Amino acid sequence: MQWETVIGLEIHAQLATRSKIFSGSATAYGAPPNTQASAIDLGLPGVLPVLNAEAVRMAVCLGLAIEAEIARHCVFARKNYFYPDLPKGYQISQYEQPIVSNGRIDIECAAGQRKTIGITRAHLEEDAGKSLHEDFQGLTGIDLNRAGTPLLEIVSEPDLRSAHEAVAYMKQLHQLVRYLGISDGNMQEGSFRCDANVSVRPVGQTAFGTRTEIKNLNSFRFVEQAIEFEVERQIHVLENGGSIVQETRLFDPERGETRSMRGKEEAHDYRYFPDPDLLPVVLDDAFIAAVREQLPELPDVRRQRLINTHGLSPADAAQLAGQRAWADYYETVVDGLEVSAAKLVANWMLGELAALLNRQGLTISASPISPQQLAGLLRRVHDGTLSGHLAKEVLTELSHSAADVDDIIAQRGLQQISDTTAIEAALDVILADHPEQVAQYRAGKTKLKGFFVGQAMKVFKGKANPQVINALLDRKLTGKD
Amino acid sequence: MFDSTIRQLGQALRRREFSVSELTQTLLQRIEAFNPILNAFISPTPEVARQQAVAAEARLAAGTAEPLTGIPLAHKDLFCTAGVRTSCGSRMLANFIAPYESAVSERCQAAGMVMLGKTNMDEFAMGSSNENSFFGAVRNPWDRDCVPGGSSGGSAAAVAARLVPAATGTDTGGSIRQPAAFTGITGLKPTYGRVSRWGMVAFASSLDQGGVMARTAEDCALVLQAIAGFDPRDSTSADHAVPDYSATLDQDLSGLTLGVPQEYFSTGLDSAVEQCIQEAIAQYRKLGAQVREIRLPSSALAIPAYYVIAPAEASSNLARYDGVRYGYRCQDPEDLLDLYTRSRGEGFGAEVKRRIMVGTYALSAGYFDAYYRKAQQIRRLIREDFQNAFSEVDLIVGPTTPTTAFALGAQVDDPVTMYLNDIYTVAVNLAGLPALSHPVGLVENRPVGLQLIANYFNEALLLNSAHRYQQVSDWHQHLPPGCAD
Repeated sequence: MQWETVIGLEIHAQLATRSKIFSGSATAYGAPPNTQASAIDLGLPGVLPVLNAEAVRMAVCLGLAIEAEIARHCVFARKNYFYPDLPKGYQISQYEQPIVSNGRIDIECAAGQRKTIGITRAHLEEDAGKSLHEDFQGLTGIDLNRAGTPLLEIVSEPDLRSAHEAVAYMKQLHQLVRYLGISDGNMQEGSFRCDANVSVRPVGQTAFGTRTEIKNLNSFRFVEQAIEFEVERQIHVLENGGSIVQETRLFDPERGETRSMRGKEEAHDYRYFPDPDLLPVVLDDAFIAAVREQLPELPDVRRQRLINTHGLSPADAAQLAGQRAWADYYETVVDGLEVSAAKLVANWMLGELAALLNRQGLTISASPISPQQLAGLLRRVHDGTLSGHLAKEVLTELSHSAADVDDIIAQRGLQQISDTTAIEAALDVILADHPEQVAQYRAGKTKLKGFFVGQAMKVFKGKANPQVINALLDRKLTGKD
Repeated sequence: MFDSTIRQLGQALRRREFSVSELTQTLLQRIEAFNPILNAFISPTPEVARQQAVAAEARLAAGTAEPLTGIPLAHKDLFCTAGVRTSCGSRMLANFIAPYESAVSERCQAAGMVMLGKTNMDEFAMGSSNENSFFGAVRNPWDRDCVPGGSSGGSAAAVAARLVPAATGTDTGGSIRQPAAFTGITGLKPTYGRVSRWGMVAFASSLDQGGVMARTAEDCALVLQAIAGFDPRDSTSADHAVPDYSATLDQDLSGLTLGVPQEYFSTGLDSAVEQCIQEAIAQYRKLGAQVREIRLPSSALAIPAYYVIAPAEASSNLARYDGVRYGYRCQDPEDLLDLYTRSRGEGFGAEVKRRIMVGTYALSAGYFDAYYRKAQQIRRLIREDFQNAFSEVDLIVGPTTPTTAFALGAQVDDPVTMYLNDIYTVAVNLAGLPALSHPVGLVENRPVGLQLIANYFNEALLLNSAHRYQQVSDWHQHLPPGCAD
């Protein structure tokens, strides 16, 4: 039998607010346990939540970017359950009236093939704390630093048909939240993680099969592996006459398999009801318009613009537009140059600059070379003042100096020599000194051209314009001189 | 000295008739003498009182005193007080000392008031008799075999017995007004959102409101002035201007229309209590008010709706008491489930457990629509009833309770009868309106309270009306037997 896979993802994106969603505690990662937990985060008696307006703005930002409906009136609800790292005995979340609903996002599911994935809803909620089972000899430690951290839970429609599509969707959303500046998307720190709902059905059947939910996948690779394993497992069960149990499963990356979470099988009744400590959030058109106004150009639109108006290749445009910091850097550099230099800028950024950052383990935002410096450098490459070879040397120098490119060129006398008279004179001497090689060249050993260029470069200490040398050599060696 | 009102005490302190410390000392001695009998205080705080008295004295001397500087008061033991235990009348919090101050106690402190202690209450404010306290029942100063009402029973008894001129209370379904009525004092439950709930241990968040209990409306006005106002720490706090409550106390009542709801004079109302209420209404007429009968047709639904909504919210609000981070923890838990079940089973009293179970049930899948959602619909109807009434009348008037104080133990095994104590008061909480109870008579030497209900944020009118009544009556001046010295 042929099977079709059906997947829906619930992605939890931690919002990049400075303070928590309902308290003033900091959200920074990695602080010593319980040093970022206030009376509110600890759920002490009599304390009250106050909604962080920035979290609302960020949720609206995402809603607008995925062309969703923004609720003019939305409500926080309590999700009640007992767990040691859930201090209040309930999580403040959104249930019946989420802030964002009915959105969509385009993914590239196969080379050049695009597909629209529906986003059912995105709602705001607070994160729980962490239970620490190691190092406590039979006891459990509780760290409430993370309790109250703002999350946006983004729930997709069951529109994904393969592990590959699921990863493409997750990557697209990951790029988007970072682009919007609403999440740092750091997956190791758990800032971007997902639960996958997976089912299979015979091809052609419209009803969904019974699904299982794989919890807490925090890397693209795990998402892919977990779904692939789970799909195989379900098909295997069904083809052997079994049936799928609706359950929650955990992915074990060591063994590459999903396992049933035992002991959690009884259905939870979360007893959702509107949180009486918080007023409904009412958003007016002016607020939404103001958020829309500040929305950055989205990655797909930007990529297309770089192709159309900058003349970049689709691959270069995708790479540069994919991360906002790279695209912003790129555009700052191009702004200081002619548009005809755009390709040169793209080549240098994706080549030399990327390699340099990579070697030093730095992100583009921490680049030791400012966009203005790179623009200065490439201006001189573009106008022929600097050879590509020497420009690389200058780039290295710029990485530990704030100096002006033109000053470096002047100080070190790096200006490219394009003076035909001087180069011609030098070439005449070289050709006269090497009659044997000239003869061999003329006999057809054209590779020897490189030898003559090298000789010329030696004379000019690498500063001669290679194009000029090549042109003059061609003339002289073919005897058309 | 101890029989003086806040206004009188303020004048005496300014005239240096006695010092704040002398006043504080006198009242602390009274607490020491009466508390073993009445059990009105869970935690008297003489040390704090003496320190605050010295500070108040300094402000009086420096001329930076406010109207309440140097005035002693007590806080219901669910207002968190930094460094002083806040037990909420529960074994669960018998060891809990908050590291923060509630908005109400903070504002009283800022005004220069002197805290004499934390008063007894029904556990987590759940009760109408103050018998549901881990720290024992409170006795009614008027009849020590009777309950003082609840849940702010300790505050009521302390004010009635002249142990303090004023005390804070909270009112979720009548917990300020009913004990005020039972002990012959004046109690004000402000509009929901008028007083910040920050630092006030929650029972039912959408109904809880802090307020004041004192001997007179005039004194209530002074304390309300200090505690009312917007607080950004409480999202449900109202950003609404606070008027000068004392400035309008003497306004003439002629032209005022009082509405008497038929539904508040039906079966269950004690005839002697009704007699007192009718006399008080006649007195209001003499003061110039017009009286007309009105209908509040959804009244009968208030108790059932309240006993769905309040327990539902409570079941969630009290989930945090799990023995994990603070509060009571059972001995030697075997595992997590054992820790939860025994800590909560041993830490909470019977009534609290009953309401947690009722509330959990009401919110459960399959029952939510029939109970919680339905109760919210009733709540809207009740609010509409009141809004319709206030399009015709300025105040609604009736009995605060159907009977006077009942005997200790009389209703402990009958929760439904106990819940009916709040039959005239809960609708006000469901609607979020302000209401006041003031004494209007004695039946067999037990006080009777009259309830006045006003439209949103019209506390000034409640205080003005009650004050005018108290100018021409002396029910608020009666001393409970045995409290004269």
